[in-house]
Order: sequence, then structure tokens, then C-alpha cells
Amino acid sequence: MKKLIVILLLAVTGYFMVISFMDLGKDGPVVKNGVKDFYLDKTVSELKVANTITSIVVNFRGFDTLGEVTVLFLAATALGGILYKKRHHVGERSVLFPSSTIVKAGSKLLFPAIILLGVYVFVHGHLSPGGGFQGGTIIATGFLLMLLAYDNFSVSHKVLSYIESFAGIFFVLFGLSGMFMGKTFLENFMPVGNLNDLFSGGIIPIIYILVGFKVAAELTGLIYTVLNEKE
Amino acid sequence: MNNELYEILRYGILGGSILLILIGLYAALTKRSLIKIIIGLSIVDGGIHLLLIGIGYVKNGTAPIFSPGFENSTANMVDPVPQALVLTAIVIGFAVTAVALSLVIRLYRHHNTLEIDEIKNLKW
Repeated sequence: MKKLIVILLLAVTGYFMVISFMDLGKDGPVVKNGVKDFYLDKTVSELKVANTITSIVVNFRGFDTLGEVTVLFLAATALGGILYKKRHHVGERSVLFPSSTIVKAGSKLLFPAIILLGVYVFVHGHLSPGGGFQGGTIIATGFLLMLLAYDNFSVSHKVLSYIESFAGIFFVLFGLSGMFMGKTFLENFMPVGNLNDLFSGGIIPIIYILVGFKVAAELTGLIYTVLNEKE
Repeated sequence: MNNELYEILRYGILGGSILLILIGLYAALTKRSLIKIIIGLSIVDGGIHLLLIGIGYVKNGTAPIFSPGFENSTANMVDPVPQALVLTAIVIGFAVTAVALSLVIRLYRHHNTLEIDEIKNLKW
């Protein structure tokens, strides 16, 4: 009975979604005269950043990204607060089964490569697909691999929170120095260089690298908190 | 890309994302396990992201990245705004999932069950 009500409800929702979304894009682009052309034009002519999404996320909507990073930080804090309990013995985790030699040796081999890939992704965030959030997530997966393979592998919460705080503070500081040297918060006050150079785009790569560090530290701390959970 | 293929692709992406949203809502509304409810919410997330990206697509579009060789193809580029939006939405969705899972761990610690039927004061 309950399922029937739900299915009826979803059928109505689905019907209205289909009639409102299915005709989108039938004749040409959906959004005409939007901000797309402005962004694409300014990205090349003013900011000299190859990746338009990076320029939107970090420069045009940089304040949004600051809020987003804050939300991520709040989620990590809330998780720590909800799962908090007095830990008597930190360091050993309850694992379902100990990992074999192959898993241990393989993850030791893969760990530096994963970290390198993550660093590559967020350093080249303004040139190629990727960026701070993606690179940070890749680094966190490397730590997750190590935490799953070795039951005595541990990361220091202190170091993680220092990295996180410094990255966040420098993000705000760069925004504020844009305010003092130019007009607005997060204004691009550094020389922009040439398109498709590694050192181009002014403060955009610097801020994305900071975001990468922050996301990597936050996600690693989050994974570590949840993995240390035991009955 | 010819017209027919584009139509199939467009209907596939839009219809598939709507289907994903409905599947996720169904799971979140009818399943009794808390983990399955969270999985359902994640599927809704994925469907909404796919729908937004699909709306931003233009015919014969390329990624909005000015790599060497693509500097002059501005007219063909897909809309970058939904992609930036979805990048934000993925991170927020991740944060929501993490907090929800931590609440589930807390509930499991108190009640020793994941079924919402067995947890009192939490019935549909």
C-alpha cells in the first residue's frame, strides 16, 4: 500500500519532469544570451586561463568557492563532533580481516604514484580538466588505500588541521589582498602571463593549489575519523 | 555528429537522469534500511548532476578548455556555467553524505540496528 502511494507520487513527479525537461536543447542551445560567451571571452582575454570552469569557480565565483570550502570544513567538524567519544587506545583499528602481503606491497607501491597524480591534477587545474577539489580527493583516496591495507598506519590529526587552517587562512588572505591592491575581494592582482603556460592566470593556480591542500587534508581526516570508529 | 545520433544522446541523457532521480527517490521513500536511504539520496544527487550537465550541452560541443589547438573553437564549446555549478554540487553532496553516514553510525551505536522500523519514534 505504501509502495503504491510512493509509485503514484513518483509517476506524477516523473511525468512533470519529462514534459518540462525532455524538450530542452531540441533547437540549439538551451540558454541563449546567457553569461557563457562573457565567461569564455574573459577567460582567454583577461585571465589567460585555459580551463574556463577553473576561472569561473576560482575567479568569477571565487566567493562561492570560499563558501563551499567552508561547508566542507563544517561537514568535517560536524562529523568529528557527532562521532566524538573518549578514545582510550588510539592507533589500532578494528579490521574485518588482515590484508594479505600482496595488498600491502601493492598499496605501498601505488601510494606515491597516487599522491603524485593528485598533485599533478591540482597544479594543472587551470590548464587541463581537474583542479583543487579533484586533486585533493585523489590524494585522499591514496590515504584511504594505505589505511585499509595497514592497520597500524596512522595520520596525525594535528598536522591535518594545521594544513587545513593554513590553506583556509591563505585563501582568505589572497582574497583580502586583492581587495587592497585592486577593488574587489579575490581580484586577480598578479601578472597573468601567457595562455597555456604553467605559470599563468595570476592568483588562480595559487588558490586552487590551496584548495587542493585543504580538501586533501579534510577528506583524509574524515576518512580517518570514520575508520577509527569501533564498537 | 549527425542529427539522429544527437537526438538519441539527448533523450538518453535527459531521460536517464530523470530515471535516476526517480529511482533514488523511490529508494529513499520505501527502503527500511538507513544505509539504503542514504544510497538513494546519493542516486538523486547523481541524477540531478547529470541533468544539469545535459542541459548545458550544445550540439557538436567540446569541453570549455582552451588547450593548444582549441583556442578558436569558442562557438562550439558547451556551457561552462552548469559544469561549475555541478562541481560545487558534488562537493556539497559529498559533505551531506558524510554527515548523514556519521548520524547513522551514531544511531547504530545507540540502537544496534539499521532498520528504521525497529527504532522507535522514527516511523514513516
